[in-house]
Amino acid sequence: MTAVVDTQEEETPIKTYTVNVGPQHPAAHGVLRLVAEMAGEVVERADPHIGLLHRGTEKLIEYKSYLQAMPYMDRLDYCAPMAMEHVFVLGVEKLLGIKVPPRAQYIRVLYAEISRLMNHLLCITTGALDVGATTPALWGFEEREKLMEYSERVSGARMHANYFRVGGVALDLPAGLSEDIYSFTETYPKYIDDLDALLTNNRIFKQRTVDIGVVSKEQALAWGMSGPMLRGSGVPWDLRKSQPYDAYDQMDFDVPVGLTNDCWARYLVRMEEMRQSVKIIRQCLEKMPDGPVRTDDHKVTPPKRGEMKRSMEALIHHFKLYTEGFHVPAGETYTAVEAPKGELGIYFIADGTNRPYRCHIRSPGFAHLSALAFMSKGHMLADVVAMIASLDIVFGEIDR
Amino acid sequence: MASFWTFVWPLIVIVAAIVAIIIPVLIGVAYLTYAERKVMSAMQRRQGPALVGPLGLLQPVADGLKLFGKEMVIPSGANPGVFLFAPFLTFVLSLVAWAVMPFGAHLVLSNINVGILYLYAISSLGVYGTIMAGWASNSRYAFLGGLRSAAQMVSYEVSMGLIMVTVLLCTGSFNLSEIVLAQQTVWFAVPLFPMFVIFFISILAETNRAPFDLPEGEAELVGGFFTEYSCMNFALFMLGEYSNMILMSAIAVVLFLGGWLPPLNFGPFAPIVNLVPGPIWFALKIAFVLFFFIWMRAAFPRYRYDQLMRLGWKIFLPFTLLWVIVTASALEIFGWLPAVVP
Repeated sequence: MTAVVDTQEEETPIKTYTVNVGPQHPAAHGVLRLVAEMAGEVVERADPHIGLLHRGTEKLIEYKSYLQAMPYMDRLDYCAPMAMEHVFVLGVEKLLGIKVPPRAQYIRVLYAEISRLMNHLLCITTGALDVGATTPALWGFEEREKLMEYSERVSGARMHANYFRVGGVALDLPAGLSEDIYSFTETYPKYIDDLDALLTNNRIFKQRTVDIGVVSKEQALAWGMSGPMLRGSGVPWDLRKSQPYDAYDQMDFDVPVGLTNDCWARYLVRMEEMRQSVKIIRQCLEKMPDGPVRTDDHKVTPPKRGEMKRSMEALIHHFKLYTEGFHVPAGETYTAVEAPKGELGIYFIADGTNRPYRCHIRSPGFAHLSALAFMSKGHMLADVVAMIASLDIVFGEIDR
Repeated sequence: MASFWTFVWPLIVIVAAIVAIIIPVLIGVAYLTYAERKVMSAMQRRQGPALVGPLGLLQPVADGLKLFGKEMVIPSGANPGVFLFAPFLTFVLSLVAWAVMPFGAHLVLSNINVGILYLYAISSLGVYGTIMAGWASNSRYAFLGGLRSAAQMVSYEVSMGLIMVTVLLCTGSFNLSEIVLAQQTVWFAVPLFPMFVIFFISILAETNRAPFDLPEGEAELVGGFFTEYSCMNFALFMLGEYSNMILMSAIAVVLFLGGWLPPLNFGPFAPIVNLVPGPIWFALKIAFVLFFFIWMRAAFPRYRYDQLMRLGWKIFLPFTLLWVIVTASALEIFGWLPAVVP
């Protein structure tokens, strides 16, 4: 069980032993099963096992109409549900070739950024919890609860919103919500400052994260990393800048890039991204135009309630949409968004029916988790926990 | 008949005195858990226990009853004897140390002349409970936790011992009451302030509290050395841990904060502060130190194992050693060495 060193002359290798971290483990962030081969406190080999949360999302989507498939997206990365919906609607819209009204684009960007705040709040604070700091998590969850409330007010659900629609969003913002979100953006930076005071300036936190889990620029690119993992390694790559979707081209924001390639850099990148997200949310609210929130192509969006009472055609559209769904012309697309965790891509093959022929989801967490093996080699078990936290993995999207 | 009573009467008195010490300590332990939850919840913008009794004051009782009602699980691979003995040992050791603690002037169960050595010995023995629990559980988490804990406790004992030496140099007595009385003009926390800080950090490590709570680092080791414990065995560990916290705070108060002596004991304040009896001051000072324990837990992340070792051996040990020399030289040069109390 222990590391035994033979005292005889010839070199005997130190006997390693394996520790099974997870799947029922407080630091595993979901159902990660990590088989760690240890020599004392040092990890010789860490082998992440996945698949414990596999629900067959991709296959299920093949049997659902495009409208019915939406709620599955929420359940991928349940820490930032609307970012998952975003990629789905963008992909289908690309296949359909429809334009989304500007107000809907702004609302989507607004909620994508709120999702980003929700995700980073969870990632940073539970990361702090993993290295032993309890207070940030409890402070963070209070802020996160407010954000979930905004999700609830717009869609009726705190987490699994199912709010974005092909061709826009389900409903317009209710009265008073914009003002409340705006006042939130005024108080939230103070919370980030508090977090700074508690973590960024804390020497123990630095000791636990600096030079831990170093991923060089080359490694990050080779392992297909994206999002804060890639930017933490010094690659200024952000899909919101490089191939803007929806209203991101009208937003003014900066992309933070880390300098030290370690957990500390990724933590700082996420902190700064939260500040930038607040900036984007404000711009969305300030610039948001009036107008419809859905495209008026009633093949893909339901007609207005009033019209249905008067117009036979509208009633037929409504019936067809909610029974058969809409048909998507044959074709294929790879669409990607900058989800909070990195590049979230969706690959559709449409065959002209009301269901996708194939749907593949490219989740950023999968690539990140596969890098854990080389990151953790030679580190201590406690560092592996800090690394898992900085990878920001959520099993909903890794296992799908 | 008279000879019978001459034997039995002191026995009754001692048992009564022990009960009079242990009952308040245990109640203190129960309410320390409550205080910890309340103080931390205040720092973390939440309510803490609020449902059981007024302001949640009966929460410790409810917790205790719950643990009583749980099933005792002994893992199949465990060594049952050692497994059951370990929590018992931890708990008992945390209580026997109170025998020499001076609660007030002449208010001490056993006023032995090597009190501080006794305390040091008892607190060092505490490591056995942890390492036995870690070994006997026959679980890798518990084993790693136990090993970490043993190494950590032993490392910080060393600098704690040297800190005690500096205090002893200033008092010239191993007797705890004498140490308190030596602080009548000024508490040792003032002239020996760096030692007081290091002592406080060391007792954090000694009691396995945040930021040194890695033996039970729940993020990587689940529950550390008491992962496999349940029911009253678990409760005994918790009681032992919190009772140790109170004990260590009491030692800090005796060594550095003037024991039962009132603060501001001069000029116009003296009549006022002396209205409050010594044991009350003693308890208040312990509570003050314990507040810092809880504050640390809310404020800091956890050290990594090697960082903790580095802090103990490479920073604290040389520094305390240097300070012993500095103190000794200063006392010798200025002729402040105390008369040795026989």
